[in-house]
Amino acid sequence: MNSFTLTQATAADEAVRDLTSHDGAAYLGGGTNLVDLMKYNLERPTHLTSLGLLPLTDITSLPDGGLRLGALATNADTAWHPEVEKRYPLLSQTILAGATPQLRNVATNGGNLNQRTRCYYFYDLATPCNKREPGTGCSALTGPNRVCGVLGTSESCIATQPSDMCVALAALEAVVRVQGPDGERTIQFDDYHRLPGDHPEKDNTLKPGELVVSIDLPEEGYADHFTYLKLRDRSSYAFALVSVAVGLKMSGNTIEKARFALGGVAHKPWRDQEAEKMLEGQTASPDLFRQVAAKVFAEAKGYGEGSLHNSFKIELGKRAIVRALKQATEMSQVVNPNVFLNSNP
Amino acid sequence: MSQTIATPPTVRLDSDVIGKPINRTDGPAKVSGAAKYAAEFGVTGPLWYGYIVSSPVAKGKITKIHADEVLAIPGVQQVFSHENVPSFAWFDRAYKDDVAPGGSPFRPLHEPEIMFNQQPVALVVAETFELARYAASVLRIEYDVEKHNTDLDSVIGEAFDAPKGKTGFVPPPKPKGDMNKAFAEAPHKVAGEYIHRAQHHNPMEMFATTVDWLGDGKKMKIYDKTQGAPNVQQYIAKIFGLSTNEARVISKFTGGGFGSGLRPQYQVFLAVMAALELEHSVRVVMTRTQMFSFGHRPHTLQKLRIASDDQGHIQALEHKALAETSQFENATETVVNWTGILYNSPNTNFDYQLSKIDVYTPLDMRAPGAATGNFASESAIDEMSYKAGKDPLDFRLLNYTYSDPTENKPFTSKRLDDCYHEGAARFGWDQRNPEPRSMRDEKGMLVGWGVAAGCWDASMQKAAAKAVLSADGHLTVNSATNDQGAGTYVIMTQMAAQTLGLPMKQVTFNLGDTNMPAAPVQGGSWTANSVGAAVKDACQEVGKKLLKLAQKMDDSPLAGADFEDVQFVDGHIRANEDITRSVAIEDILAASGEEKIEADGKAGPNPINQLKYSMHSHNAVFVEVKVDEDLGTIHVTRVVNAVAAGRIMNPKTARSQVLGGTVWGLSMAMMEETYLNNELGRYMNHNYAEYHIPVNADIHKIDVIFVEEEDDIASPIGVKGVGEIGMLGVAAAIANAVYHATGKRVRELPLTSDKLL
Repeated sequence: MNSFTLTQATAADEAVRDLTSHDGAAYLGGGTNLVDLMKYNLERPTHLTSLGLLPLTDITSLPDGGLRLGALATNADTAWHPEVEKRYPLLSQTILAGATPQLRNVATNGGNLNQRTRCYYFYDLATPCNKREPGTGCSALTGPNRVCGVLGTSESCIATQPSDMCVALAALEAVVRVQGPDGERTIQFDDYHRLPGDHPEKDNTLKPGELVVSIDLPEEGYADHFTYLKLRDRSSYAFALVSVAVGLKMSGNTIEKARFALGGVAHKPWRDQEAEKMLEGQTASPDLFRQVAAKVFAEAKGYGEGSLHNSFKIELGKRAIVRALKQATEMSQVVNPNVFLNSNP
Repeated sequence: MSQTIATPPTVRLDSDVIGKPINRTDGPAKVSGAAKYAAEFGVTGPLWYGYIVSSPVAKGKITKIHADEVLAIPGVQQVFSHENVPSFAWFDRAYKDDVAPGGSPFRPLHEPEIMFNQQPVALVVAETFELARYAASVLRIEYDVEKHNTDLDSVIGEAFDAPKGKTGFVPPPKPKGDMNKAFAEAPHKVAGEYIHRAQHHNPMEMFATTVDWLGDGKKMKIYDKTQGAPNVQQYIAKIFGLSTNEARVISKFTGGGFGSGLRPQYQVFLAVMAALELEHSVRVVMTRTQMFSFGHRPHTLQKLRIASDDQGHIQALEHKALAETSQFENATETVVNWTGILYNSPNTNFDYQLSKIDVYTPLDMRAPGAATGNFASESAIDEMSYKAGKDPLDFRLLNYTYSDPTENKPFTSKRLDDCYHEGAARFGWDQRNPEPRSMRDEKGMLVGWGVAAGCWDASMQKAAAKAVLSADGHLTVNSATNDQGAGTYVIMTQMAAQTLGLPMKQVTFNLGDTNMPAAPVQGGSWTANSVGAAVKDACQEVGKKLLKLAQKMDDSPLAGADFEDVQFVDGHIRANEDITRSVAIEDILAASGEEKIEADGKAGPNPINQLKYSMHSHNAVFVEVKVDEDLGTIHVTRVVNAVAAGRIMNPKTARSQVLGGTVWGLSMAMMEETYLNNELGRYMNHNYAEYHIPVNADIHKIDVIFVEEEDDIASPIGVKGVGEIGMLGVAAAIANAVYHATGKRVRELPLTSDKLL
């Protein structure tokens, strides 16, 4: 970790000015990812603009019936907020499926969007990685890549965005409000994260100096039919191999509206709007779910066989979609099946 | 008609403590943070910090180290590398520790050659930890990179028979009969190949050394993370030519070892070297990433063939293993022998070989060798039982052996049969439907029940202890043993209290300091047995002196009694024949006028018994799994682990050991695997986020049963040890339960969901 200077900003515009007036500066939210990356010598900011004093911790109702999540509200406060629990239980459960209580108590909503990938090679300076050092190559293409993606990958990078929360935000069609040197703008959640293409070093579409100030949820929260299915290598504190966030509006057994997104499989929360349309107006059935799952993974590409390589995610992902849609339609099991609740004392 | 049964009077003996579930004496210090670990000790004067720089390549040669750039940073004291580290001892033997395997031990910072990835190549010493870390991050090192090979599969053809050379390694048993013919002719047979890749110990506490430079010649206090302070002291003293007075090694608490601390790790060499060169106190702590830079459970390939007759008697038994080792040492484990100890067969073949790859030397990890071999053999035995049309438990009982077939010796004791029976009863095995895929729970999940057995050595090493009874009646016993969490502090206190008939609160047991009588590294499940016997011996010697002093007292009621004629109970020496003939120990001390009574004790293996008997602990593990077949998820919902390991000194700490072992076995079965990238020659999931071990939510009901054995041959104190046995059987029982649930036999660990899709 290198030496750095630090400013405590008290307002968003002040933070933006502070950051843009320093070379090599970075915003510091909860620090649960950035400080780790600095200790690993992967990020070397020479100046930090601390956001801890910014008044962006509130969760407030919006006039259009939606809900505004302050960028600096912690993941824990968001997940346990009564309005979130009641109206957006999908978001609440998804947040709680990630990390640990200690991390969620500190990690912020804005920071959650901006966390870096957990690809082994990105985290190891001794290895080539295009995301960390453009042009050095991608070690994951042929090496162990169990944690890596199978959808929307490129020959430059097969890393995944590791957030759980973002998978729900994609399904909920949240809007990210940002403030930058040129003022405020909004970004549709689908457009916030990007695919790696030839520039895997860019995780998202933020412009230089832009700061996330809030995440706005539309009115529809799918509180009657939702699920977050997270499949992982242990019951807690593990990133998703495959995860599926589903929100449905049902009329009887007919799906009126469907939104779902996948985690653990791509450089961004993966949505397939054509697949969503295949569900709408249809009667829920295993056959339909299987067709939808096949559609989502039709273009998928695995990178090697065996448990160290990720081709298995294509079959696992399809099965996860079928199961998640079933759970959401029936509301039969809205807990993570990885967390097995047994009856033993 | 009611019957009144007289209740015997309750006799409370404060000193009758062996076999009681007594809390850890070190527990309060641990949970309050008062217990100090190697990186937490303060030093006299200022402390400098060393940060280790690791090689990013697996093979090659350092061509240039730009140390001058880093030395220019204010506060950086020195950059050590092969360019400036003075030459120390010349011969390999100086670098060989007590448990080193055969070969030529790694010498840190001695040569420019790189032999394994993450090899330490430099130590940056600075005035603060942060500065040392930063300086290390900007140190430029140039390498001539050579082609490495870390792929075990590619060097199977270069395998060689594992040579002797490591303490405790037993070569495979000699073949019996005609394996191939018997296998060919038998009506029922199985053959399978089993794999697990490298696993790393990952104790919570990083390897760390704090050297307190005392400013008196070369005298140092070396606080080290180790499983054996004396082993580290010998290593350091030999390499640097120091006396034991100069190199005092202290290790009061060890935050988990599991075998990783058996050998001195390179940070202790680096810290001592830096302290000697700079004549200054120095601390060196590895990073979590660097915890993947040294020994590990080796990637091992195994092949088994078993055949039985129509009655289910095993007729042919073959177990072969091939494990990785480094280019410079031959790490050996006892992998295949256990199969021959557990089951009798007229025709056998055992084989154990090594192949060299460009990694660091593998290192004993909890139940080394046995955990590897046991997974494969108990999976194959299970498969064989189905082929022979037998219940897996019945099949094991049918092929039960009452003597050790590999050495044709009787066991000193073996109550594995009772482990089977008691475990099965507790588990409810008789309710099992033998048909695979036949059982489901109320939610429709597939349910599987599996069983497996385990076997480990009941072994004894040389150990020593010293007991001092002071005039105030407090007993202090010292031995340079270790407590990596096993409960050594409390069970040795119990042993001392019981031997001299004192209450626990009047006894203190100290360990982990080379100024104390020597003890072996803590491993192999031998500490309770070896150190326990030495503690008992020391206390008995004090007892003999006490008796003599008691007999010098006026009108001594113990006059003329031999040591065998008296007992030490509740602070008194009493005659066995008439317990009213009694003298209080405090009265003896007062009458004697002595300031203290002290004695040395020692213990060691009995060579005659070792020739005559086979000495082992055993267990039987019963497991229930629930499988979500669509998603491949497996939950281990119940485990019953029935253990026969001689006398249990403390059922509470022993149970904790078996619980920990069970979780370890589950971890091995379900999660643990270090991902080796062969192109880079580097382990990649080198952190707690990606090297998975269970969390609380993965662990459900675990039931531990102790089937106690009376065994005065395996040990003078009747103890066999429980450090390893608890993990054996677990991985195989889980895999066997998964087969019973799904009909799918998985022979490659870990049992990740993808393997069931």
